Amino acid sequence: MNPDLVKMIFGRLNLEALPLHEPILVGTFAVVATGGLALFAIVTYFQLWSYLWREWFTTVDHKRIGIMYMILGIVMLLRGFADALMMRLQQAIAFGGSDGYLPAHHYDQIFTAHGVIMIFFVAMPLVTGLMNYVVPLQIGARDVSFPFLNNFSFWMTVGGAVLVMMSLFVGEFARTGWLAYPPLSNIGYSPDVGVDYYIWGLQVAGVGTTLSGINLICTIVKLRAPGMTMMKMPVFTWTSLCTNVLIVASFPVLTAVLALLSLDRYVGTNFFTNDFGGNPMMYVNLIWIWGHPEVYILVLPAFGIFSEVTATFSGKRLFGYTSMVYATVVITILSYLVWLHHFFTMGSGASVNSFFGITTMIISIPTGAKMFNWLFTMYRGRIRFELPMMWTVAFMLTFVIGGMTGVLLAVPPADFVLHNSLFLIAHFHNVIIGGVLFGLFAGINYWFPKAFGFRLDPFWGKLSFWFWVSGFYFAFMPLYVLGLMGVTRRLRVFDDPSLQIWFVIAAFGAFLILLGIGAMLVQFAVSILRREQLKDTTGDPWNARTLEWATSSPPPDYNFAFTPVVYDNDAWWDMKRRGYKRPLTGFRPIHMPSNTGTGIILAGLATAMGFGLIWYIWWLAAVSFVALLAVAIGHTFNYHRDFHIPADEVVRTEDARTRVLAAGAQT
Amino acid sequence: MKLLALLPFAALLGGCDFVVLAPAGDVAVQQRDLVVISTVLMLIIVLPVMALTVFFAWRYRQSNTAAPYEPEWDHSTQLELVIWSAPLLIIICLGALTWMGTHLLDPYRSLGRIAADKPIESKEAPLNVEVVALDWKWLFIYPDYGVAAVNELAAPVDRPIRFRITASSVMNSFYVPALAGQIYAMPGMETKLHAVANKEGTFRGFSANYSGAGFSGMHFEFKSLSNADFDKWIGTAKASANMLGRTDYLQLERPSQNDPIRLYRSVDRDLYKAILNMCVEPGKMCMSEMMAIDAKGGLGREGLNNTLPLTYDKYARRGAPLGTEPTFVAGICSMDEIKDAPSREVTAPLDLTPLRGFGLKRPPFSPASSTSQLLGQRPKSES
Repeated sequence: MNPDLVKMIFGRLNLEALPLHEPILVGTFAVVATGGLALFAIVTYFQLWSYLWREWFTTVDHKRIGIMYMILGIVMLLRGFADALMMRLQQAIAFGGSDGYLPAHHYDQIFTAHGVIMIFFVAMPLVTGLMNYVVPLQIGARDVSFPFLNNFSFWMTVGGAVLVMMSLFVGEFARTGWLAYPPLSNIGYSPDVGVDYYIWGLQVAGVGTTLSGINLICTIVKLRAPGMTMMKMPVFTWTSLCTNVLIVASFPVLTAVLALLSLDRYVGTNFFTNDFGGNPMMYVNLIWIWGHPEVYILVLPAFGIFSEVTATFSGKRLFGYTSMVYATVVITILSYLVWLHHFFTMGSGASVNSFFGITTMIISIPTGAKMFNWLFTMYRGRIRFELPMMWTVAFMLTFVIGGMTGVLLAVPPADFVLHNSLFLIAHFHNVIIGGVLFGLFAGINYWFPKAFGFRLDPFWGKLSFWFWVSGFYFAFMPLYVLGLMGVTRRLRVFDDPSLQIWFVIAAFGAFLILLGIGAMLVQFAVSILRREQLKDTTGDPWNARTLEWATSSPPPDYNFAFTPVVYDNDAWWDMKRRGYKRPLTGFRPIHMPSNTGTGIILAGLATAMGFGLIWYIWWLAAVSFVALLAVAIGHTFNYHRDFHIPADEVVRTEDARTRVLAAGAQT
Repeated sequence: MKLLALLPFAALLGGCDFVVLAPAGDVAVQQRDLVVISTVLMLIIVLPVMALTVFFAWRYRQSNTAAPYEPEWDHSTQLELVIWSAPLLIIICLGALTWMGTHLLDPYRSLGRIAADKPIESKEAPLNVEVVALDWKWLFIYPDYGVAAVNELAAPVDRPIRFRITASSVMNSFYVPALAGQIYAMPGMETKLHAVANKEGTFRGFSANYSGAGFSGMHFEFKSLSNADFDKWIGTAKASANMLGRTDYLQLERPSQNDPIRLYRSVDRDLYKAILNMCVEPGKMCMSEMMAIDAKGGLGREGLNNTLPLTYDKYARRGAPLGTEPTFVAGICSMDEIKDAPSREVTAPLDLTPLRGFGLKRPPFSPASSTSQLLGQRPKSES
């Protein structure tokens, strides 16, 4: 066949792009393909496709979208963690002349993919998923402000994840580190598809994240139940608001900086080249202007979760609500004034370095205040050590260590000796696992009964908890030690044999975490099997305080038959205390948004466009782009956007709940 | 008993070389001190928080009905004052320490002392070392001695060293933990570092920023020698057969991994300047020249004619799929006009094949050799 024609059709995609020569990848592909086929077969056999399409893929219900985000995050966690295990194994054996089992070409992709996936496709979907699920319920709303946009945002995130996953089997991923600093990420040094996968994966997902941020800000600002003033909002809603403000303010910077990088790579501009007036420092600044707020985007909702959990399981009002809110807002603002601490070592002057070092330290003041607030919420409480509370205590003990090493790294001269070392790696895993992930696990265990009507199995949950916590300490404390021995990150082979023992301990820790993840998956499975024993009929299994617990578990499509009225910042606690009676009559039809397939179609087209651009298949990129516009414009002519749930259906749903509650009260 | 249980860990830790905590250079010692002081300062607040967490979690557990329970208690102005001001006080101390430490230990600042008890002797000039991070090895040029070394850095003990640091292609970070903190090595940019070694010995230096496939092997030996040994080392370098001219450099900078130590008896005296200004290749305009022209308003549209098709530019900026043909800016000034001009005999590199790059054909012609062609119109592309 004419090679020019082949090139026109397939761009630079050819058979060599399939990693047939890498046995590890072939094996992985076999497993993934078998699993995928099995899943496909099961769904087909039980004829679930139409159900999935109607009820899930096209849904605009914030609760289902939230659940889908959580599933995406957990699936991607498995991928990201597999990368982590491979790195730990490589570093544990690549001593004394041994080259390990991963060649540089593969190893460098793994650590890049690990970072990208864990931040963008694990932490972000889990955080967004929880916010999506919980925030509208907490503020007494029927849905988010823009339900279709919510569906579209989710599928764009999936589109980005699909592109990143695709790089595993078609072509390769970036070999640049997770932030892809130029010049290394520029076309001259990374001419392959890896960085293009990185760029388009993040661009597609970034659209979703930004839109979801706008959506949730609007929801929180406009859809709060009557009586819920800003200073009566639950703390999780507050932290979600701040997080989404951060998202909306920072993700466009990421989009812009990646757009500039792609211009450099695609049309030969010189924004980040070394010569022709370009400057890679510009990229480093811009990416961290996004990147530092990003860590607060992740950790603020976790702080919110801990606040809800601590108050609920201590059976007490949250101590210092007002100072908690102000601390959150202060952190939000300060998080924009610290980005340079990620590159003290790139030759800024002493005054600039000290400024950014000190602003960074100042963040620890509101964070410390939060820590004390949780502490004094526990003080004179009656603490029930259910799983969410266990995760919270583990967080408090772990996070202060991470916070301390973080402030240490904010001292520029200390950073000069610890920057890019394994000490730094230990620090940010300390705060991201000990802060964000522990928070998410607390949140999952806390809100799971709300979403599904039964609790998660405590035995397997505790097993998972202990494996995770001990695994974390085994995996990352050795890295602090290694950092003090001057060992730097991203090394593939070592020649000092005395270091090996520490890497072996770290690998053992990673193995414990593997057991923790396994126990968590078993926990989900066991809970589903034992759902009758674990059932909660009250809708409020933890004797909690905020509005989401006022409705049934799982909540009806419309969340609340009547919009609640709020008088206190622990609205549901207040309602219970004042002997709130559920209204049993007077139901009216409820106005609801209709499902639509436009979101998944648009995201599919965006993904196809990304794929076309990655592989230089220009026709595909052009066709997808035109189709994208056509579908988006076409959707504006869709007038079947809403419907009413008839009053008698509401009556049926609410009566069923009345019966369940009555039956529960008798036993 | 608990101490006994900790013994195996102590043994484990004892066998290790905590170079960051026990360095051999005064700068690194001061940085270590800051690490320790800051940690202790923070422990003042971190330890009580951890202890209180455990204590409250235990004391107010549900089963302990003897403990007081106040479900409505959620505010105390005194406590709020304490929980905001305690961290604030620590941060004020730490902030002051940071401000002073950062200025005092600014890597660009020349040293004020050799060691805590040893002031600097003004008559002794610091040792100049020009550092170039290459793919994937380190080049150290000693302008005062006219010698150079790959993957080996030597310096006399107790003599201040003034590093000037750049890179040939991508970002690296120059780090000798025993000597001083790190600083990035970036192409087209120069960073500086001042340091001094106080103990004799051989220490490890490496790149602390990932720079591509050969990154793991990108380390070197830092030899802190007595004055006599250092002179001997310079003598060994002088006795070696290797010379480092521009052509040799263009060969040297090509990617290679785990390079052996190599010494050079002579170095092109403007090599470092040319590397920094990205104009080692013949005919290429130096960044300093380009910036000088731009500072005076640039060449305007005429500047477009001052480019030549790129034949060799390491591997930077080549073959963007939708871009124009890669070009470079030709030097305008004749070599004599540039101050401190390097010698005119510039020979072309031996191997002109591009290193990598998308869809790049082999260059159709050999590089310009005469000035008239350099200044002429851009030749019509043959392809």
